[in-house]
Order: sequence, then C-alpha cells, then structure tokens
Amino acid sequence: MSERRVVIASTVGLHARPAKLFAKLAGDLPAKVTIAKEGQEPVDARSLLMILTLDAKGGDEVVLAAEGEGAEESLDALAAELQTDRDAP
Amino acid sequence: MTAEMTGIGVSPGAAYAPVARLAPVPAPPADTGPEPDPAAALARAKTALEAVAADLDDRAEAASGTTADILDAQSMMPRDPALADQIEKALAGGRSTPHAVIEAYGFFRSALEAAGGYLAERAADLDDLRDRTIAVLLGRPMPGLPDPGHPFVLVAKDLAPADTAALDPAKVVAIVTEQGGPTSHTAILAKSMGLPAVVACPAAAALADGTEVLVDGGTGLIVPDPEPGRVRRVLDAEARRNAALEASRGPGRTADGYAVQLLVNLGSQADLAAAAAVDSEGVGLFRTEFLFLDRETAPTVDEQVEAYGQVFAAFSGRKVVVRTLDAGADKPLAFVDHGDEPNPALGVRGIRLARTDAGSSLLDDQLTAIAAAAAKHSAEVWVMAPMVATPGEAAAFADRCRARGLPTAGTMIEVPAAALRASRVLDGCDFASLGTNDLGQYTLAADRMNGALAELLDPWQPALLDLVSLAAEAGREAEKPVGVCGEAASDPLLACVLVGLGVTSLSMAPGAVAAVRAELSTRTLADCAGMAARALHSDDAAEARRAVAAY
Repeated sequence: MSERRVVIASTVGLHARPAKLFAKLAGDLPAKVTIAKEGQEPVDARSLLMILTLDAKGGDEVVLAAEGEGAEESLDALAAELQTDRDAP
Repeated sequence: MTAEMTGIGVSPGAAYAPVARLAPVPAPPADTGPEPDPAAALARAKTALEAVAADLDDRAEAASGTTADILDAQSMMPRDPALADQIEKALAGGRSTPHAVIEAYGFFRSALEAAGGYLAERAADLDDLRDRTIAVLLGRPMPGLPDPGHPFVLVAKDLAPADTAALDPAKVVAIVTEQGGPTSHTAILAKSMGLPAVVACPAAAALADGTEVLVDGGTGLIVPDPEPGRVRRVLDAEARRNAALEASRGPGRTADGYAVQLLVNLGSQADLAAAAAVDSEGVGLFRTEFLFLDRETAPTVDEQVEAYGQVFAAFSGRKVVVRTLDAGADKPLAFVDHGDEPNPALGVRGIRLARTDAGSSLLDDQLTAIAAAAAKHSAEVWVMAPMVATPGEAAAFADRCRARGLPTAGTMIEVPAAALRASRVLDGCDFASLGTNDLGQYTLAADRMNGALAELLDPWQPALLDLVSLAAEAGREAEKPVGVCGEAASDPLLACVLVGLGVTSLSMAPGAVAAVRAELSTRTLADCAGMAARALHSDDAAEARRAVAAY
C-alpha cells in the first residue's frame, strides 16, 4: 500500500470544479485510489459524491492511498492535480 | 381544435408559439420490494441513471461556460460508483427499484446537508437528479423545463421557484399556469422578466405539446390554433405597444397632462446602478435594512453616511425617500433583543423599535447619518418611518427628523389605523407613502407568507383600495403628497386606478416604470377616476380587475 499526503491548493477546497476534475482523473487512472481526511474513513477517489461528503477545504491535508499495478503513477497524477490551484483564472 | 380559454392576465404582452409543457415530478408507486431478481433490478436502475446522465451530457454540450461546467459535474453524479453501491445495498435490504434509488440519493443528500454551507445547497440538485431517475424508471418524461429547441409557450400546472430560476427569456416567450394567482411567484417573475403571463387557467390542462397558441398576458386570453389573420393583428398591436414603451420618456403624465411622479424602489447597493439608470424622478422607497441585517453589530454612523451618500450621489438632483430601519417581524437584528414574540408581524417592528432604548439610539444614529450624507450631496432627501399607527407617532418622528436638520419627514401608511386617521397623521408630518403589501396583509388579516391566502393579498382588493382612497383624500385636503410604494404601483392598470383615487406619486420596481408611464399616458385623469370608481364598486379583487380591464 502506497500513500501520498497532499495539501489542497484550490481555495474553494475539494468542491465544485476542483472536485469534478479530481474524480474524473481518478476514473481514468489504472489503480483504484482512495482519498481520506486525517482520522476519517477513506473513500473512493472516483466517486464525486463521496469526495463532496469529505468536505475538504483549501489548505486541508488529505491522504491518497493505492496498491497494485499502476499505484505509484496514479498517486503521482492525483497528488499533482490536488496541488494545482483550480480557482486560478 | 380546442376552444379559447381565459385565465388571469398578470403580465401584459402578446406572444404566439407552440406549447411545451413542464413535466410534473412523478410520484413513485408504493414500495413493492423486495425485487425477485436484485441483479436485474440493479441493471435497470443503472440504465435509468445512464439515461439521466446522457441527457445532462447533451445539455452540457449545448451550453457554454459556467452552465456547461455545472451540467458536466451533475452528469457525473448518476454515474457515480458510490451511488450504484448504495442502490445495491438498498435492493439487498428489500426495497423495490424506485425506492432503492430514492434511498440511495437520500443517503448522499443527508451527508451533504450535514456538511452545511455550499454543500447543503447542492442537496437540491440531488433531488432533481432523483426525480429524473424515477421518471425514467417509470417510463415518464423527465421533469424540469422543456427544451424543444425553438421558442415556446411554457405551460405548467404551477411553477416553483426552482423551475423558474433556469428560465431562458430567449426561448420562453410566454407563461401559462393552471393554478397560481396574481401575487404568485410566477406572476412576479414574469413581470420582472417582461414575459406575457396568464395564471389561474384550469382549462390549460388540455393544451398538448406542440399546439400553437396565441397568449395575451393583459386580458388573460389564450387561443389555440388561431387564424393567421388574428395572429398578425395581435402581434402588430404588440409591436406597437413595445414601440410605445421604447418611446416612453420623461416624467409621468396622464393623457391630459396631469403630473404623477414615477419613482423606483431601491433595496440594496447592488441594484443602485441599474435603478439610477432608469428614467424616473427618483427613489420613492429606499429600504435601509440591507445595512443592518446579517451582521453582528450595528453599522457606525460613518459607515452609514458613506452608504447613503452613494445613493444620494447616484440620484443627484432627484428625490430620494429614505425609509428608516424596518426591523423586527421577519427581519430580526442580531444586535437587538427582539424578545420572544408569539406574533412578530403584530409586534415591536418598524418605528415601534424606537420605544426601546437600543432602538431609539439606532434611530438617532441613522437620522444623524442621513442628515450628514444629505448635506454633502444635491439629492432632495425625504425621510419616512415604517409601521406608524397613530398621529402621535408620526409627529414624534417628524420632530426628531427636523431636530437633526432633515426638513421633509413623513409616514409610511401600512397600518389600517394610520389610513383611517390619515388627516390627523398628516397634521404632524409632511407627506405619506402607502405600503400596499403590508397594508393589504393587515386590512385583510392575511399573513403575507401564507400562499393559501394569496387571493386575499391581491392588491386589487377593494377594501385595500378604500383605505388608499381615504389616505389620498386626506392628502388632497391637507395639500400634502400621498404616494404608493408597493406591488400595486407596478401594475399599469392598477397604477391608473391609484391615480384616480388621488395618489400623487407611484414608486415601483425599476423594470415597471416604462410600462406604467406608457399606460398612464393613454388615460386622462377623468378616465383614471372612472376606473377607480369601477374598482371600488367591486366585491373582490378578481371582479375589480375585470371591471377595470373592460373600462
């Protein structure tokens, strides 16, 4: 099991457009990735609805986890997505 | 061929286009679960979800910018793997397919609601997706606004605020509802968008998708499959009406030149630029609540001077009637203890707040700020107090204003007692302005928030017009202005009735000024008096409206 700890760059948090882009990307990647807030149950990164219920805000740290084939590349891609400020014009 | 039908015309104008109906939200059948084959049931649910998502995809493609982005995000929700998991779980728990879908959406709805804020607002989106999914499962059309790809007349049983938020005036050319009344959400929205609208037309239930209809939002007449000649006549008249509106300029006048001040209502700084751009003689009702609501502490005098100054500057050289704080009832303040009132609409609200020490100093600060801002600008500043009930209250308020250098002080008349004794009320102050919305609620003893009583709250109620007449008569004798600010003034025909009753100014939503000016310019003062007499001789609002429309 590999993990990445990432701070959310978009100021609105993982809502609206940033959440949509993140879930879309997760759906296109080979590995099944989960996302969690510290101390909470991890949820499926492909599920926009579950991501919204995390209510992760800008500046919050989240934990991405995956295992098996493609885990490392998938985690890298999703971590990079979270580190992009999607509010920026 | 379907016969002509009539409802209540609530927003003038004529339009001719095919009908597109708003499909109702389907009622799911009783839960017949458990499903004999849960795997097949899940597959059925997924097919329905995919159809909903594909429809959203199509609409996202046709849209652009933010709308496309939102629709795109929405289309991900029916395809969400977690949603399918929840449906599977509910099916295993013994639910029928539609009820499993309802339960699954409900799971995410409560999760989003619990998060609050922005996410709680998204909960309503899920309800819409749920209703669409259920409609597909039951083989019905998806609820929501139709989009036939050409301009259409929207026909519905009734419209909810959510339905109308997405209304595109480029596609919807008129609105017809089977239910609703003259003060319904549909009527107000249609008026503000300038769309012809007819409400309370039960016969419209027979109008099928695609039927060509001619709609007259003034008379309330709907003609299915009209003759071409008739369509041409009506649309020509409509073009002339629009041209008259375009050409309507300058101060309000009757056909024989009697002056009636046309003013705008203003309630927030956001609306200021648009309101100031309208060709009017000023602001007849400047609501100051926006400075006080939704905050922890009272605004400072300096802050108020700044805010009022912006309005006075935008209306430089014109009149601005400032209404002092109307808090209490449905507009409580965080920094004032309103106590526990069983009946807040009849409680300590408006000028009554000045009976308390805290309210009294709020009023002093506000008057000080208005006077300071008025001194810096060239607008003609008048001040009036809300919820005055007695001549004593009116005189005390006027004294307070004059002590701060505000020369023109008046009274809102929205309590029947103040209308009944208007001449004594006017003895102690300089002018009066009738707030017909609250005056209607108190005269007819019908709560403004109660939709079931809409017909009693109709500004055409003859009892309300009787009180307007009393107050206007008192103004004429005292030679002091008595105006109307409220929904009533923005209805062109009713505006003529009010002028006939003796009202000297009309203050309305900025969008209504041109239509009121145009209507007024076609009537003499004697016409207005005749219309007023007809309205007063009616027994209810509907009869008054009919009698005046036929004048």
